[in-house]
Amino acid sequence: MYRIISKTELAEYTVQFDIEAPEVAKKARPGQFVVVRIDEKGERIPLTIADTDTGKGTVTIVVQSVGKTTGQLCSMEAGGTIRDFAGPLGNPTEMVENSTVVCIGGGLGIAPVYPIAKELKSRGNRVLSIMGARSEPFLFWEDRMRKASDEVYIATDDGSKGKKGFVTDALLDIINSGVKVDRVIAIGPTIMMKNVAKTTKPYNIKTIVSLNPIMVDGTGMCGSCRVTVGGKMKFSCVDGPEFDGHEVDFDELMARQKFYRTEEKDAMDKYTHEGGECKCLPTRS
Amino acid sequence: MPADEVIDRRKHVPVREQEPSERVGNFDEVSYGYNEEEAMKEAKRCLNCKTPLCIDGCPVGVDIPKFVTEIAKGEFDEAIKTIKDKNNLPAICGRVCPQESQCEKLCTLGMKWKPLFIGKLERFAADHEKSDVKPELPEWNGKKVAVVGSGPAGLTAAADLAKMGYKVVIFEALHTPGGVLIYGIPEFRLPKSIVEKEVEYVKSLGVEIRLNEIVGRTITIDEMFGQGFSAVFIGSGAGLPSFMRIPGENLNGVYSANEYLTRVNLMKAYQFPEFDTPVKKSKNIAVIGGGNVAMDAARTAKRMGADHVYLIYRRGEEEMPARREETEHAKEEGIEFKLLMNPTRIIGDDNGWVKGIECIHMRLCEPDESGRCRPEPVQGSEEILDVDTVVVAIGTSPNPLIVKTTPGLETSKDGTLVVDGYTFMTSREGVFAGGDIVSGAATVISAMGQAKEAAVAIDEYIKSKE
Ligand SMILES: Cc1cc2nc3c(=O)[nH]c(=O)nc-3n(C[C@H](O)[C@H](O)[C@H](O)COP(=O)(O)OP(=O)(O)OC[C@H]3O[C@@H](n4cnc5c(N)ncnc54)[C@H](O)[C@@H]3O)c2cc1C
Ligand SMILES: Cc1cc2nc3c(=O)[nH]c(=O)nc-3n(C[C@H](O)[C@H](O)[C@H](O)COP(=O)(O)OP(=O)(O)OC[C@H]3O[C@@H](n4cnc5c(N)ncnc54)[C@H](O)[C@@H]3O)c2cc1C
Ligand code: SF4
Ligand code: SF4
Ligand code: FES
Ligand SMILES: [Mg+2]
Repeated sequence: MYRIISKTELAEYTVQFDIEAPEVAKKARPGQFVVVRIDEKGERIPLTIADTDTGKGTVTIVVQSVGKTTGQLCSMEAGGTIRDFAGPLGNPTEMVENSTVVCIGGGLGIAPVYPIAKELKSRGNRVLSIMGARSEPFLFWEDRMRKASDEVYIATDDGSKGKKGFVTDALLDIINSGVKVDRVIAIGPTIMMKNVAKTTKPYNIKTIVSLNPIMVDGTGMCGSCRVTVGGKMKFSCVDGPEFDGHEVDFDELMARQKFYRTEEKDAMDKYTHEGGECKCLPTRS
Repeated sequence: MPADEVIDRRKHVPVREQEPSERVGNFDEVSYGYNEEEAMKEAKRCLNCKTPLCIDGCPVGVDIPKFVTEIAKGEFDEAIKTIKDKNNLPAICGRVCPQESQCEKLCTLGMKWKPLFIGKLERFAADHEKSDVKPELPEWNGKKVAVVGSGPAGLTAAADLAKMGYKVVIFEALHTPGGVLIYGIPEFRLPKSIVEKEVEYVKSLGVEIRLNEIVGRTITIDEMFGQGFSAVFIGSGAGLPSFMRIPGENLNGVYSANEYLTRVNLMKAYQFPEFDTPVKKSKNIAVIGGGNVAMDAARTAKRMGADHVYLIYRRGEEEMPARREETEHAKEEGIEFKLLMNPTRIIGDDNGWVKGIECIHMRLCEPDESGRCRPEPVQGSEEILDVDTVVVAIGTSPNPLIVKTTPGLETSKDGTLVVDGYTFMTSREGVFAGGDIVSGAATVISAMGQAKEAAVAIDEYIKSKE
């Protein structure tokens, strides 16, 4: 059992939890994730480690309510317990030195990109961050991102905060301003990562993306998380989750993310029908 | 024994089973096992041979004539003690051991008639056990051993070392102990309550099981030595699924057998949405492979309600590596065997969903190095089966995570750990290994046999260091 030490509502449909998991906290590196199972009947879902506090032995996760399991998790309170919390899983982000790196967090992606930006900056790199969201109420951790970056750019689809437009527009602004960008790290919705990779391709800027296929074990045992990278089959949980964005077959990934759409809806219907409270993000592509 | 009782040694006592038509609609165990009367009757067939060849066929050396005689006499508590002297997991082995190629294969009775049903008797003794028979444990000898993985290899090594006086900690990546026994082999063949009971037995010996700890990530083997463990046993299995590398394998509807079975068994997807993990309810499904894993996936799919379950195997039925009992059960349940066929591509619809699988007919030619016939495709014989799901059950290999994170561990070209043939020590001093991680995907009992030998060697190794 893993105890929820604190809960903070960060933004629309987005909740931060600090979970007591000292073994995970000790070993976690930026880019890694945990697999969480809420209770005996729960499914295993991957969530990125957004921060750690080794002193307190806690791991920070940020959860966006998009379905049954994340909805149930978001309705939990401090003092509650989570049945299973396994990790850290996946490969840590590859670190660089003396480089200019653009870190892009789209929507919920701000949470996983934050520890990467923080580590890059602490190693003396120049970190330019782009935070993107559909509109202002979905943005969070601006203060943290400012501390972890040399500069922060904000883009919202509706222009309610920062510049109106997509993160790719902000990225192009940076590139066109003449800054020599050595590397881009983009985390967010798959379509956003695809577009970022498309944007950087003509400029030949190395672009790392963190993939989010459907996972079960997270240890390389099931193959559910397989993706095609550079024409080869890779298991995201053990070979990734970060890959070269110019090599990823994003369309295949997006198709595979819809594998259980019907069942996911049934699970949600049953949950709300039984009085489960779920104010889930009303977006389903 | 009543004086007038006649023992007919020629025939075995049949085992009662759930009717095929009924069992395809549930996940309950297929075989009911013997009751006391049946067990005693079967046990009396044993010849109590002077040279009991059956024991040579058992990888852990269970004293078969002794426990069988005890069952014959109705001394059931004695029988289970005899078995547990050598085998820590009898309720499991009695159910899933390939007895027909091990103990029962060498049974003298089998030369002329049916061999003694040793496995069924072992299962009876284990199931009959009322209060757990627990051996007396020696005092803690002050030493700790770490075990990686809680499959049959890990559980066996842990139990044996605990019985020798060691404090043992098992590190398990998943949220439930048992390895393949819990995530792979289905409920209808090995009820999870049986695995739980055997795991409880191992825990009752003082073994600590730490779940959700991934060795190589949560803790490394080098860190274990730093934490005061005197030796490490790796029993991490061979859980990395292989795919066929044919077009269409990433379409929605294609599973590895590990994923399909894990969703259904470990995550209880057959009770979705009561349990949260989904699995596709297929109409027509193709399972590729001819081993136990393929049989389990096919029979599981039937129970999930599929109309047609095709089992596609590139050789003939004779060559199938699955246990005979499993292929028979599969046929009774209506699994459609598509023999001498090999998939060439999986066909998808516009939305990325499986709608068919193309296979080519095969013909058997000269036997290859393994003694089996090498199949060859028959040109132009392609055929398409309408299916909405494909389960790939063509094998697994060791997960490279531990090797990647442990300097100095030597591996073979197929990724298994290289160990000393007698001590099961790896190329790293104090690090031992056994089970599928050493032999590649094999059997429960061979994993246990290796773990037992490794446990003895670990004891000797630690003592030699004092
Ligand atoms: C490496 C990785 C890191 C992630 N980090 C975070 C994070 O930090 N915060 C966060 O909120 N979300 C994160 N996700 C996504 C998160 O796992 C899914 O949103 C969650 O599993 C949805 O479950 P649900 O039951 O609430 O929704 P559902 O309605 O069941 O599913 C909604 C969508 O989520 C995806 N999904 C469903 N089940 C899984 C699964 N088992 N594994 C992965 N994706 C699934 C599918 O694309 C699905 O269409 C991460 C995913 C991966 C792979
Ligand atoms: C579907 C199926 C059906 C089978 N049917 C039969 C049968 O009828 N009869 C038979 O004899 N055999 C059968 N087998 C084979 C048999 O199950 C295996 O040979 C046996 O389980 C191997 O035991 P093991 O302990 O070596 O590994 P496993 O049972 O694979 O256990 C390994 C354990 O280690 C854990 N682990 C792996 N990596 C790590 C890590 N880094 N850190 C921590 N833990 C880790 C895994 O999660 C797992 O729990 C079957 C196999 C399958 C898949
Ligand atoms: S453990 Fe397996 S091989 Fe040994 S006697 Fe029992 S069933 Fe036979
Ligand atoms: S070989 Fe067969 S008959 Fe002889 S002792 Fe063993 S089980 Fe009994
Ligand atoms: S999630 Fe199972 S192999 Fe990656
Ligand atoms: Mg879900």
